Amino acid sequence: MKKNRTILYSLLLLPALITSLVSGCYRDPQVALELNEEDVKFRVPVGFPAPAYDFSLNPVTVDGFELGRKLFYDPRLSRDNTISCGTCHQQVSAFANTSHQVSHGIDGLFGTRNAPGLWNLAWHSTFMWDGGIQHIELQPLGPIANPVEMDEDINNIITKLKNDALYPGMFKSAFGNDTITTQRITQAITQFQGLMISDNSKYDQYSRGETTLTPAELAGLATFRSKCATCHTEPLFSDNSYHNNGLAPEPTIMDAGRMHITNDPADSLKFKTPSLRNIAVTGPYMHDGRYATLSQCLNHYTSPMYQSATLDPLLSSGIPLTAQEKSDLLAFLATLTDYTFIQDPKFKEQ
Amino acid sequence: MAMKLRDALFPLLITSFLAFDSCKPETVDPNPTPVDPTHPTVTVPTGNAVCLSFENVVGNIPLTLDQTLRYQNMNGDSFSVELFKYYISNISFTDDQGNTWYEPESYHLVNAADSNSLKVYVDSMPVANYVSVSYMIGVDSARNVSGTQTGALDPGNGMFWTWTSGYIQAKMEGRSPASTASFDLLVFHIGGFGGQYAGQRVVSPSFNSATAIVTANTLPVIHVKSDLNEWFQSPNTIDFAAMSNVSTAGANSVLIADNYVNMFTITSIQN
Repeated sequence: MKKNRTILYSLLLLPALITSLVSGCYRDPQVALELNEEDVKFRVPVGFPAPAYDFSLNPVTVDGFELGRKLFYDPRLSRDNTISCGTCHQQVSAFANTSHQVSHGIDGLFGTRNAPGLWNLAWHSTFMWDGGIQHIELQPLGPIANPVEMDEDINNIITKLKNDALYPGMFKSAFGNDTITTQRITQAITQFQGLMISDNSKYDQYSRGETTLTPAELAGLATFRSKCATCHTEPLFSDNSYHNNGLAPEPTIMDAGRMHITNDPADSLKFKTPSLRNIAVTGPYMHDGRYATLSQCLNHYTSPMYQSATLDPLLSSGIPLTAQEKSDLLAFLATLTDYTFIQDPKFKEQ
Repeated sequence: MAMKLRDALFPLLITSFLAFDSCKPETVDPNPTPVDPTHPTVTVPTGNAVCLSFENVVGNIPLTLDQTLRYQNMNGDSFSVELFKYYISNISFTDDQGNTWYEPESYHLVNAADSNSLKVYVDSMPVANYVSVSYMIGVDSARNVSGTQTGALDPGNGMFWTWTSGYIQAKMEGRSPASTASFDLLVFHIGGFGGQYAGQRVVSPSFNSATAIVTANTLPVIHVKSDLNEWFQSPNTIDFAAMSNVSTAGANSVLIADNYVNMFTITSIQN
């Protein structure tokens, strides 16, 4: 009986195996992915605006990209060698952190904000929920230095990398010699992170005329465009600006948001508009991860807003949404998940 | 946090530097050991250049980095200084014909704990008789938002905020019995590069009718006194009991920046 079942399984799997081999898609997971220059070419998707970052000043190469990927997944970028960028930014959730409301950092410490997903970063000129970091190359220095995240000094990282068997050679391949500097570390990570382009969701395919949306998805798109798109502007699904969206501040954190950076009371409780791309897989939601589901997010906008002087005027009474509109919106938001991106092997830890 | 700060300060306690007349070429260590391995080694130019020699003082007392309460601010608070660093950038010189020459890539970090850094060499200058200088305390806003920099602007030099990206234009750390912070710490990290809380200031300390004569084969030395006490006295008198920790860009950092605009005096020019 057992033998028969084994044979049956083998027969079932055989066509799939043959198809894989014939189509050239079969990869031995033990063998590192071979990339060519075309795989790491920065491109601006049709319909996207001009990027904020100028890759001509940091040309992407296979060696630079692979160095950036190794750094991204290397826990030695933290003080006690336990936390990597990839710890809180996981590809399966579009480089957000599934189930963690706020970041879990070094020594079991909690951060105060939800780790955002990473995609289309080359189109941002500010980073983090409060926009405090003003350049994609400088962004990794924030979590590296943060005492509740990675808590490491960049100079210690340079020392660790210099003493590593592989890194000096990788820096030489990427940058021409084996000198390891803050600039080279962050530019290599930028080559990796900046290539995380998400432009192949069902929504994108629909936009390009490659597929159709269901009636519910289309109705959701119409509702989205009339009631959400002012802040969640297509095609990036964010205006990359700062808004107070009526969330009551969490009393133990009292996060002032953008005001933390500007010291301007007019920025109190404002946070950067998150992109809605891949939103179905990046929960929990909001800057502090307070909502586990998208339904809760929609219900927030139909509930009384936390009234304060900086509440966005467009949200003074929330957003009126019927149960049908919410249902349609959820269907539409699911079309924003880019499975090509979240399964792209070149972004996986090697 | 405070413990870590103290730990970070400790190595500075073993060394202190005072470098009057340190700019003469014959006094330069031919094989200097940079404090930070990312610093380029010092190259002393032999012509078409000037040396800005910074001499750090607190009031009339030469600066010594340690925990001794040697100094007193205008408010009457005694204090020590354990760290003192500032950026000098965007240097330009104007000659007696009215021509102004701008140093390219003009970014220098003066660190009281690094004697080499007190001598800022400006080279590749046109031969001329220069009658004035202008420079910025801090780093211009453009360079704050142009990605990860190298050399003096390397974010690893301890003069860069990472929670909100941008340079600390100038910083001092020390202690005062008047401080309300733990370990009596004084922390003045003056950052901010844009808007109302920007910390950079452009200064033009007077040559007092002297001239820096740049030739192809000499090295004029401009002696610049940097008085840390100016941070705390005019126009804003700082009471350490009311202000002992400034580590964000805001109203307090602007008070200090509006003061440190007065910190430089050119005491002599040696041709």
